[in-house]
Amino acid sequence: MAEKVGIYVCHCGSNIAGTVDVVEVAKWAGENIKDVVVAKDYKFMCSSVGQQMIEEDIKKEGLTRVVVAACSPHLHEKTFRRVCENAGLNPYLMQMTNLREHVSWVHNDKEKATEKAKSLVSASAERVKLQEPLEPMYAEINPVTLVVGGGIAGLQATLELANAGHKVVLVEREPSVGGHMAQLDKTFPTLDCSACILTPKMSEAAQHDNVTLLTYAELEEVGGSIGKFKVKVRQKARYVDFDKCNGCSACVDKCPVGAKARKLAEQKLPVRDADGLIPNYFEEGIGYQGAISIPFPQAVPRVPVIDRDKCTYFKTGKCGVCAKVCPTDAINFDQEDEILEMTVGNIIFATGWKLFDCKKTPQYGYGRLPNVFTNMEFERLVNAAGPTDGNIVLEDGTEPKSVAIIHCVGSRDEEHNVGCSNVCCMAALKLGHLVLEKTNAEVYDFYIDMRTPSKMYEEFYQRLMQEGMHFIRGKVAEVTDAARTPEEEGKLIVQAEDTLAGTQRRIPVDMVVLMGAIEPQADAKEVGLRAGISCNLAGWYTELHPKLDPVATMTDGIFVAGACQGPKDIPASVAQGAAAAARVQGLITKGSVMIEPIAARIIEEECSGCRLCGTLCPYNAISFDEEKKVSRIEPAMCKGCGTCVAACPAAAIIGPHFKNDQISAEIEGVLWDAIADQKEQAEA
Amino acid sequence: MSSHEKERDNRSFMQEVIAETPGGERLKNCMQCGSCSGSCPLGYQMDHTPRQLFAMIDAGDREEVLNSNTPWWCVSCYACMTRCPRNVPITDLMYTLKRMQLAEGKAQRELGPVLARKFTNFVDHFGRVYELGLALGFHVPYRTMAVTKMGPMGAQMFFKGRMAILPSKIKRTDQLQAIVRKARELGGK
Amino acid sequence: MKYAYYPGCSSECNAAAYEISTQAVAKALGFDLIEIEDWNCCGATEYFSQDELTACSVIARNLALVDNDLDQVVASCAACYLNLAKVDKLMAEDSKMSGLINQALAAGSLQYEAGRLQVRHLLDVVCNDFGEEKIRAMVKRPLTGLKVASYYGCQVVRPFKDGDCTEYPMKMDELFKWLGAEIVEWGAKAHCCGGHMTQLSDPDAFELLRRILKNADDNGADIMATMCPMCQLNLDAYQGRVDGMFNTKFRLPVVYFTQLLGYAFGLDTKSLGFGKELVPAEPVLKAKITA
Repeated sequence: MAEKVGIYVCHCGSNIAGTVDVVEVAKWAGENIKDVVVAKDYKFMCSSVGQQMIEEDIKKEGLTRVVVAACSPHLHEKTFRRVCENAGLNPYLMQMTNLREHVSWVHNDKEKATEKAKSLVSASAERVKLQEPLEPMYAEINPVTLVVGGGIAGLQATLELANAGHKVVLVEREPSVGGHMAQLDKTFPTLDCSACILTPKMSEAAQHDNVTLLTYAELEEVGGSIGKFKVKVRQKARYVDFDKCNGCSACVDKCPVGAKARKLAEQKLPVRDADGLIPNYFEEGIGYQGAISIPFPQAVPRVPVIDRDKCTYFKTGKCGVCAKVCPTDAINFDQEDEILEMTVGNIIFATGWKLFDCKKTPQYGYGRLPNVFTNMEFERLVNAAGPTDGNIVLEDGTEPKSVAIIHCVGSRDEEHNVGCSNVCCMAALKLGHLVLEKTNAEVYDFYIDMRTPSKMYEEFYQRLMQEGMHFIRGKVAEVTDAARTPEEEGKLIVQAEDTLAGTQRRIPVDMVVLMGAIEPQADAKEVGLRAGISCNLAGWYTELHPKLDPVATMTDGIFVAGACQGPKDIPASVAQGAAAAARVQGLITKGSVMIEPIAARIIEEECSGCRLCGTLCPYNAISFDEEKKVSRIEPAMCKGCGTCVAACPAAAIIGPHFKNDQISAEIEGVLWDAIADQKEQAEA
Repeated sequence: MSSHEKERDNRSFMQEVIAETPGGERLKNCMQCGSCSGSCPLGYQMDHTPRQLFAMIDAGDREEVLNSNTPWWCVSCYACMTRCPRNVPITDLMYTLKRMQLAEGKAQRELGPVLARKFTNFVDHFGRVYELGLALGFHVPYRTMAVTKMGPMGAQMFFKGRMAILPSKIKRTDQLQAIVRKARELGGK
Repeated sequence: MKYAYYPGCSSECNAAAYEISTQAVAKALGFDLIEIEDWNCCGATEYFSQDELTACSVIARNLALVDNDLDQVVASCAACYLNLAKVDKLMAEDSKMSGLINQALAAGSLQYEAGRLQVRHLLDVVCNDFGEEKIRAMVKRPLTGLKVASYYGCQVVRPFKDGDCTEYPMKMDELFKWLGAEIVEWGAKAHCCGGHMTQLSDPDAFELLRRILKNADDNGADIMATMCPMCQLNLDAYQGRVDGMFNTKFRLPVVYFTQLLGYAFGLDTKSLGFGKELVPAEPVLKAKITA
């Protein structure tokens, strides 16, 4: 019996109809494609009126197949499948043709675009006739969630889930959770003490019954799929027994490698590149540590880490002072990295960002001229817990009389990061405020455009204007120590155009703060690949939809939160962390998710057991049945990519919904006019 | 002219500047940050800073741009260009504006065009630059006052053997001139 | 090693010290500089101000004249280097321009295929093709005790970013370290000397020169080394007049890097063109170098 096909061509307002003659496409389809009984066009097929129209046609006309020629299936495949289901038609008997991304948005010539649209509709119609009803499959959701990254976004997600009663494994690669927020002094625009609002969350996460906290640990491998990801985490060796250590820090205070660093710390100076000393990552290179260290006093957990490469014991077999002074016998030089395996239902990536290397803008003299600091170094400089006890001092210990703050260092710059870093304008205002509050210095702020687009942000900008910060609109050309006049001697001279006055200005200052760009983590792409999520060109993780789904990713069960998805400030990171947690909770509550019934199937009788498919499968979904000597596909792990189907030398693998005859019919559909020509010639 | 037509006309001036400059289309990306003008060693002498000039080009102020002395104070140090966060070929745009000004008979009060013309004349004629010739043909008539101060230095240069009396000349001036003629013909200048 | 060599107009007279010291150093290091037969002026910045296509064609004639068996051309002058490199790059990137230039060249029965030659500056050749070990081994008269301010100027370090740092270059400083000299860290090392501004406006040009001389002097330089005839001319020949205008007393000798290189190699100062500079260098070398 012939199928009854309905064709529905959407205008998408003028999105499609502006470039494709949709009325003509529908008319043509109705007249020329075999088995088509209904062919209509409509302004917005996804509207309730459009949906109803299809539903009624299915019922009234007894349609057995439906083609919706509209936008991307990414957007509305679910919508139209539901329409079919409501009308009693198996949803897999509907096929979408993408006339928007594949035609109207990429062509200008209306006539040719219309012809292409016809070919694509024809392809879908020919294919849909061979489609088979399929029953969806369901995957159970393991209620444990993995959160990667223990900055503010990851902590928020962790606590939301844990407080809702769900188990969370939080993996952080540094020795302490807290991320960049822990390094900050104050937060804009309210000037709350960053540590004061953050550390409670850090300890709550560590002490929570529902949270397994793994610090100094890294995600190694992700297998499986939503509901049951199989995850491997490398717990790096601390050489300190986690359970025995009581955090007294006697080892840290006595480590002979750290003697010079401790001596230097007494001077309370912001010293960079101190000869032969080990920089403490948390102090951004203006503070130093020994071979065994706790990054900062409020670290969570307060368990030290031994840097194997710097430790005298590891180098020479002698020393062991830390072990001698430890009251709980917690030092363990024999500890080794451990691989922890676990199954989790969902994963939240909250891996954060890194600071631009300001040496890449050599015109500002960072690393060459004294008293040129990055914003993160300066955060430590003004932090009461930092190397200078929060005193704003120059490298020689004196207080600056003038400070210049330079925006957009490595941001909005095609050589480095094209994008705006989003938070630096506000951070610059905050740092300026702190200088004005703590010193008698004049503060000069060089900006290109002042960006303050959030609640109470513009008000904060006004506050700084009132406080007397000098604002100069102009990207700084150069910071130099080449003085031209007596007033410039011994100063850092900041040269820029004051673009509002249209004149070049040279302002001699004592200290320069560079607002370095927020960049993706150096290994973001590599770490993302381990879990099958991708980055955009700039290196930020790609969300499922830039407006309507900024939390999910293209991979089901993997979510993103915080600055790893794009530069953002603390409130936005917290919001996204909570949003990701809410999404995961939804899945946990539901208990299972529908997965596309497109998992490949092996016809056991045809399988020769060559195992080629197993070696090629990118999702590790194929195992080998030693007894039957045939390959087996785990349906929940198969994503239906078709690699094995194409590779099987015995053609023993079927890819449902993408069967060979369906694909061939689709190709013939595209080539309808060429085939028609051929027939004509043959007849002639 | 309607405001839309005017807008199109404005664009056409920008297009003209862009078309004459290798990589000129990057000018459209200028965000008026001023790092060019901040970098310029001689910016203080310019009627308009380079950044202002780009805003004026965008606005279509053809007359004002072509009457600006700005390009003639550019000494091709390229500091603006390497610092420009939008990779605008600023120095090359200055060359373009110099050429456009000369083509339209502007820059009459500038010395730069005279120096450029005298210099290129020597190149076309001898295939080499002739420093004493430049001194006599340019400095004496156009910078008479300055020449008097140059005397002792010129004499020193002469005695140190760093100033030749006679011009140096390449062998195949005919070949060079044929190339120059053809290039002018192709370029229409 | 063999390179095509483009000496540039200054080499003939004004910058003769650069030319003869370049030849002396090349001989000492054992590389051949094969002068392009009948080369013509590169037009400096002046030709580009008048007529782009003709400027490019005039420059391209030099590239077209290079022997077919050579694949690198070396210029010692910064402006010449930039012009040659710029035209080669422009032709490679812009096929229309390349076509027009070749049509013009054809009128002189010449043609040039973009990218056929690698255009290099002499400093790059000396530092990278010979390198630390070979150069150190050649040093017979180390420049110990001499504080050298390396002045890079503009057109070798900018706009092309494929070599040294565009803001604070170090290549010449490295070279002088190999020669045993003490290098001067100074912020103005790649600031502009004003180029042809000395030909157009004394006060503007002299102020730029003053800033450079002052910064070198402030940082204790005994001598300044350059890699560009225009820079050397401006900073050396006009130094007296800068002193006059600003009431300064710089007296800072400005020589070519090749002269100091040859000096360290123990070559005869006459064969290196010493004595042609207006602020004498030899007394400073004798006084400061502690052998």
